[in-house]
Amino acid sequence: MDRLDQLESQSIFIFREAFNRIENIAMLWSLGKDSNVMIWLARKAFFGHVPFPVMHVDTEKKFPEMYEFRDRYSAEWNLNFIRELCPPLDTIDDTLPPAARSAARKTEGLKLAIKKHGFNALFAGIRRDEEATRAKERVFSPRGTTGQWDFKDQPPEFWDQFKTDFPPGTHIRVHPLLHWTEIDIWLYTLREQIPTIPLYFAKDGKRFRSLGDKDITSPVASTATTIEEIIEELRTTKISERSGRAMDHESEDAFERLRADGYL
Amino acid sequence: MPEASEAKVRLAAVNQNPSSARDLLRIVIVGHVDHGKSTLVGRMFHDTGSLPDGKYESIKAMCERRGVPFEWAFLMDALQAERDQGITIDTSQIWFKTDARDYTIIDAPGHKEFLKNMITGAAQSDAALLIIDAAEGVREQSRRHGYLLHLLGIRQVAVAVNKMDLINYEKDQFDLIEQEYRDYLTSIGVTPTFVIPVSARAGDNIVTPSDAMAWYKGPTVVKALDSFMPNAAPVDRPLRFPVQDVYKFDHRRIIAGRIEEGRFSVGDEIVFSPSNKKARIKSIEYWSTVPGKQAPTEASAGESVGITLDEQIFVERGELISHVEESPIETDVFRARIFWLGQEPMTKGKSYRIKLGTLEAPVTIQSIESIIDTSDLSNTSSHQVERNQVAEIVIRARRMLALDEFATAPRTGRFVLIDKYDIAGGGIVSMEGYADQRGLITSRSTNITRVEHGVTAEQRTFRNGHKGGVLWFTGLSGAGKSTVAVALEKKLFDKGYNVYVLDGDNVRHGLNANLSFSPEDRAENIRRVGEVAALFARAGVIVITSFISPYRSDRDRARQASDKDFHEIFVKADVATCEARDPKGLYKKARSGEIKDFTGISAPYEAPESPELIIDTSALPVEESVAMLVNYVETKFKV
Repeated sequence: MDRLDQLESQSIFIFREAFNRIENIAMLWSLGKDSNVMIWLARKAFFGHVPFPVMHVDTEKKFPEMYEFRDRYSAEWNLNFIRELCPPLDTIDDTLPPAARSAARKTEGLKLAIKKHGFNALFAGIRRDEEATRAKERVFSPRGTTGQWDFKDQPPEFWDQFKTDFPPGTHIRVHPLLHWTEIDIWLYTLREQIPTIPLYFAKDGKRFRSLGDKDITSPVASTATTIEEIIEELRTTKISERSGRAMDHESEDAFERLRADGYL
Repeated sequence: MPEASEAKVRLAAVNQNPSSARDLLRIVIVGHVDHGKSTLVGRMFHDTGSLPDGKYESIKAMCERRGVPFEWAFLMDALQAERDQGITIDTSQIWFKTDARDYTIIDAPGHKEFLKNMITGAAQSDAALLIIDAAEGVREQSRRHGYLLHLLGIRQVAVAVNKMDLINYEKDQFDLIEQEYRDYLTSIGVTPTFVIPVSARAGDNIVTPSDAMAWYKGPTVVKALDSFMPNAAPVDRPLRFPVQDVYKFDHRRIIAGRIEEGRFSVGDEIVFSPSNKKARIKSIEYWSTVPGKQAPTEASAGESVGITLDEQIFVERGELISHVEESPIETDVFRARIFWLGQEPMTKGKSYRIKLGTLEAPVTIQSIESIIDTSDLSNTSSHQVERNQVAEIVIRARRMLALDEFATAPRTGRFVLIDKYDIAGGGIVSMEGYADQRGLITSRSTNITRVEHGVTAEQRTFRNGHKGGVLWFTGLSGAGKSTVAVALEKKLFDKGYNVYVLDGDNVRHGLNANLSFSPEDRAENIRRVGEVAALFARAGVIVITSFISPYRSDRDRARQASDKDFHEIFVKADVATCEARDPKGLYKKARSGEIKDFTGISAPYEAPESPELIIDTSALPVEESVAMLVNYVETKFKV
């Protein structure tokens, strides 16, 4: 088994544990490279099926290419697809800086969707190497009744024994890609020929490394027009992946506070 | 300081095939709080040019904002609480590469209070780097972390003696620390690959060899990491494949799971433990959209797969698949070494849920043998295990479990215990003194039909004037089982009862002459006696069995054989009394080590929980014991 086989096997193991142990679970689909790999791994885990709903919490501010991708592959991959809208911006705390406010709106949309469908748990495609507070996450990560993350007292997790017992009212985030890196995602996308949104490839000297809302996501300088070139670029770059995501950078602990409040 | 460093940037060469993944090794950094774990990681990243753009400046800004000197810990201590309090609360990971391979560096908190987070980090690693402060020397957590690494199954360990600049890079002091810590690691069965004198703050022996310590001829930290071997998947061991789930999404009924050890091929005969059902593998199921990719015909350790069987048998999550030969141990009792993380202490007699691979079952803590002090490995006894303690315990389950000893098959010989909703501890399995019960519960007979007797039990009772049954004596050697049994036999015979004594030494001359004193054979000895006693009882005889029969599992099986005709008699005397009597001189031999695994001395005696009768021979003379038993028989065996 090479490194990608090992990563894949671990993710499949996580999917199967969660599907067996937790009733009423769904997957979050942000339409980006990571969650596309996540859907792919679910199909591997369940032999071509995705046996739970796949939900897009829509800010309605994504790039048109992302919506095209969503509409095409939700049908082609035979997904049990759910789209939920985020509440209007004017209902969100207006003391927050603009990008954080935008992220808070998404968190609010997520909470409403969880409540509406009664999901006990969600698969989310976050990775440890994206950002320093995500590096401290657990694979099975409990949230309080209002979605908050108690990062100062996380459950122990070892020997692939995850916390799968919860008092009523606890919500769980399950992270099947936590151990993957950005390069792993692209190597796997290449190997498995997973469809990719064209925004990731360079156009006029710029490409998106991470996709979010149109108004708070900016591209990075790049000449990579193929996945091979992206991998080559990532092997030498010293720019961090989320440098183009405005909400991470408004203050030292901006992202920690977003995550503590329930952001992915 | 980092400004001063002429970083020898060792950015990995990228002249390889860009679409192939590089090897990855996961390294955990452990050690006592404030011994410099985070500084070492920061230095390693800085000196290899692995920091992202702007990271150094942003850490500097964070430190200035707090009015503290530059602090590398802020690289991985991402939480505000960690930065504000200057302490690592939770484990973190960061990525790093050398020419040789990629690394995941796992930072583990050194503070005792966050042991659960240290274990969470360390358990994910392939190898460990243990940091010791040269000025402070070996401390409590240095030892505890070394001990826990071993318990977690991490076999590759290197040691960095940090802050050598504080002791003027002196070789003598380093040698003392190296010797002390090597001695400790050796005593727990760990051999460190290298012990490296370093100064993380000044950059000595991290990436570049130190000029200040020319006396040191070994590798730098980064070279030592490169010398670790990747952990090979255990493909050449006996097959261990826990059932994770059974799916029926379409026409196929797929048994899914991850192969923990070994390998299998389509067509292999497999057995599910502990249900002991057998079948053959019909296919390995697989989903891929890559054109031309065929379903595999064999699979091996590390792979998450699905299989179908040649016949429809009912199996569920928690069963352990193996080949028929080299199957796992089946037992309802075992020894364990555990670390406890629970909010509430672990207490003797309390029930928890065990998670062993994919199996979950209720268990009870039968005994707490000892608490282990990880600093000097001394043992103390206690009725409970506190949070963060390590202990030896005996666990009993209400049903048969399929498992392995950790020493032979680590992945199926380890477990966690759940208290209410939480993982409260982890442990590793040892069967020392306990039997594999697989042979005892496996029926190899086929095509058997019971024949009805022409004489009923009632007819036998009527003719004999009393019921048949088993008086099962259990107790330590020297407790007086045989003495009381023989006297009782005589008394009952004189009163007109059909009575017979089955004695340990006697049956080993004939019926059980082919059995040794191994745990398995001892269990088989008792199983046969239990079955023979049941036949006697059905024939209408009162049979008295006189065997130490120290294990609850064995006695429970004997009870099952005779059902309601079984009477457990606890012939009770404490070890000191029995040792003082020592009628056969066995205790003396056990104390001198001439006899190994002697019940009460070097092997466990599991006292009955609810015997029908207790005969306390340390308080009662033989005649009174016999009288009590005669009275019992006259009440319970009358027509």
